Amino acid sequence: MSATRAPVSRPARADERVAAVGLWRRLLVKPELGSLIGAVVIFAFFSIQSSVFRSLSGVANWLDVASTLGIMAVAVALLMIGGHFDLSAGVMTGTTALTVGIVATELDQNIWVAIAASLVLALAIGFTNGWLVTRTGLPSFIITLGTFLMLQGLNLGLTKLFTGTVIVRGIADAPGFHSAQLVLASRVSLFGQDFRIAILWWLLATAVASWVLLRTRFGNWVFATGGDEVASRNVGVPAARTTITLFMTTAAAAWLVGSITAVRLTSVQANTGTGQELIYIVAAVIGGCLLTGGFGSAIGASLGALVFGMTQQGIVYLNWDADWFYFFLGAMLLLAVLSNRLVRRYAEAARR
Amino acid sequence: MSTAAGDGSGAPLLELRGIGKDFGSVIALDDISTTVRAGEVTCVLGDNGAGKSTLIKILSGVHRPTRGELLLDGRPVDFGAPREALDAGIATVYQDLAMIPLMAIWRNFFLGSEPTTGWGPFRRFDSATAKEVTRRELGAMGIDIRDPDQPVGTLSGGERQSVAIARAVHFGARVLILDEPTSALGVKQAGVVLRYIAQARDRGLGVVFITHNPHHAHPVGDRFLLLNRGRSMGDFAKGELSREQLTTMMAGGDELTELAEELERPAGR
Ligand SMILES: Nc1ncnc2c1ncn2[C@@H]1O[C@H](COP(=O)(O)OP(=O)(O)OP(=O)(O)O)[C@@H](O)[C@H]1O
Ligand SMILES: [Mg+2]
Repeated sequence: MSATRAPVSRPARADERVAAVGLWRRLLVKPELGSLIGAVVIFAFFSIQSSVFRSLSGVANWLDVASTLGIMAVAVALLMIGGHFDLSAGVMTGTTALTVGIVATELDQNIWVAIAASLVLALAIGFTNGWLVTRTGLPSFIITLGTFLMLQGLNLGLTKLFTGTVIVRGIADAPGFHSAQLVLASRVSLFGQDFRIAILWWLLATAVASWVLLRTRFGNWVFATGGDEVASRNVGVPAARTTITLFMTTAAAAWLVGSITAVRLTSVQANTGTGQELIYIVAAVIGGCLLTGGFGSAIGASLGALVFGMTQQGIVYLNWDADWFYFFLGAMLLLAVLSNRLVRRYAEAARR
Repeated sequence: MSTAAGDGSGAPLLELRGIGKDFGSVIALDDISTTVRAGEVTCVLGDNGAGKSTLIKILSGVHRPTRGELLLDGRPVDFGAPREALDAGIATVYQDLAMIPLMAIWRNFFLGSEPTTGWGPFRRFDSATAKEVTRRELGAMGIDIRDPDQPVGTLSGGERQSVAIARAVHFGARVLILDEPTSALGVKQAGVVLRYIAQARDRGLGVVFITHNPHHAHPVGDRFLLLNRGRSMGDFAKGELSREQLTTMMAGGDELTELAEELERPAGR
């Protein structure tokens, strides 16, 4: 947008100035603006101080951290725009990874069969979450807290039952493992540096989510359901179906991340993913999602995940104590919430 | 019920027979009957809490009636969801407008009925058409929006009302229902809305116009259904009722006289 306006030599007429203000305002209402600024600032901060951070291998490293987080953050952002939370999203990455592992090793199945079984399970959990939320009208926060705790218990209990330990091992021995590794856990060489293929999945997820949100009917329904569910139902939006689809999308994202984790590490801890759910929500909020629903962006959530990845690795490269990571996180969340509020207020007031 | 107003000689578009609605122990509506004919305006009048909004929510599929029958083209219908009423050609402007404040005007305009282009998995919301139609339909209502991307929440009350009406007119194939569209408006904008109602009527739509203002109802109405505390105080054709009678009935005749006396007494002492 700004590129096409750049060559204007001098804003001579009054009209020109009005247009410029309009453009500025239009930028400000973009939910992802805050996270873009945040990402640039964080990048500058760490790359000035650490040469490893700005080196290609450093970039590959923090992009990798951001990638699996980003896939989840994007799905969680869609759900938040649709007006709901999913506290079971974190533990579900563990559930899906463990399912891949247990079906492949303990039930001696082809890895692709295990991955497919894991998808079916994930979609069923997502459907249950969504169905319970739409059926009962209870806050999704409390419903998914319930499924979160149940899944946490199941993850540990079933892993112990099948393996006798809290780890599922030996996924690499499953038939079909090499093709799964190629798709989910290989590396792609670019400028002489190996990048994890998960980064590609992350970019794809962001692009698809963004397209769906902004360019399809379903995207319109997501914004509307999150903005005012009763009103959208009254004009004919299938609000319940939209909500259930969003929960299933989040579950599918957890499945993708879980499968990537299982294939990459070839062993899965029973507590995988627990506690991550809040980080997804924080990334989405940094990306401009309102906690009240109806506003936000997939690209913003991705940038939020990027901020996370950079901070986490940056602190390591600077040899700081890892505890500072959480301080940073909290500070960033507060900043994001405050700036979201200010930006929105300004944008709305200016348009009156 | 037996006398049809104006030239509406065929079967009524929409007919209500003894409609009633309970919310738990609250009887919000009881034994309501009236007709809506193509090219006519049926006005529903009543005080606050009389059950006007409840009645239109039954017509638009938000609520299911507890009692009574709803007939569309003479056939009984049972709307389970607003979508079903919309598909039957009944469009509604709700009292709360049913618009999402944070969403752009054009997105709100087509919400629930988005036009699409493309094929298969690449089918997408045809935003160019949506913006174009929004601009055109609002222009027809005399509203010139500079930026259809503007969030609806930043429009004035009157503008928002107009967007909601323009939307309903655009999608209301046969019946257009308006819940108190003039109550929040100034004299001039109310006039614009009334003219719009007349236009929709002339295009052959059946219009249901809810209001508590007899001065707005009388000039455009062909049929008047008066509600009081959930019950019908009568269903009249235009010729059967003068504006004065309508006003008196609306105010509740005796109550008004009583009120006048009550207000006068202290001054008289
Ligand atoms: N969902 C509901 N649950 C319980 N009671 C309801 C519900 N909706 C409406 N009512 C009751 O039904 C009665 C009629 O309400 P309604 O909204 O239809 O009135 P109205 O004529 O539209 O009033 P107004 O002029 O203020 O809009 C009121 O007493 C209201 O409290
Ligand atoms: Mg009402």
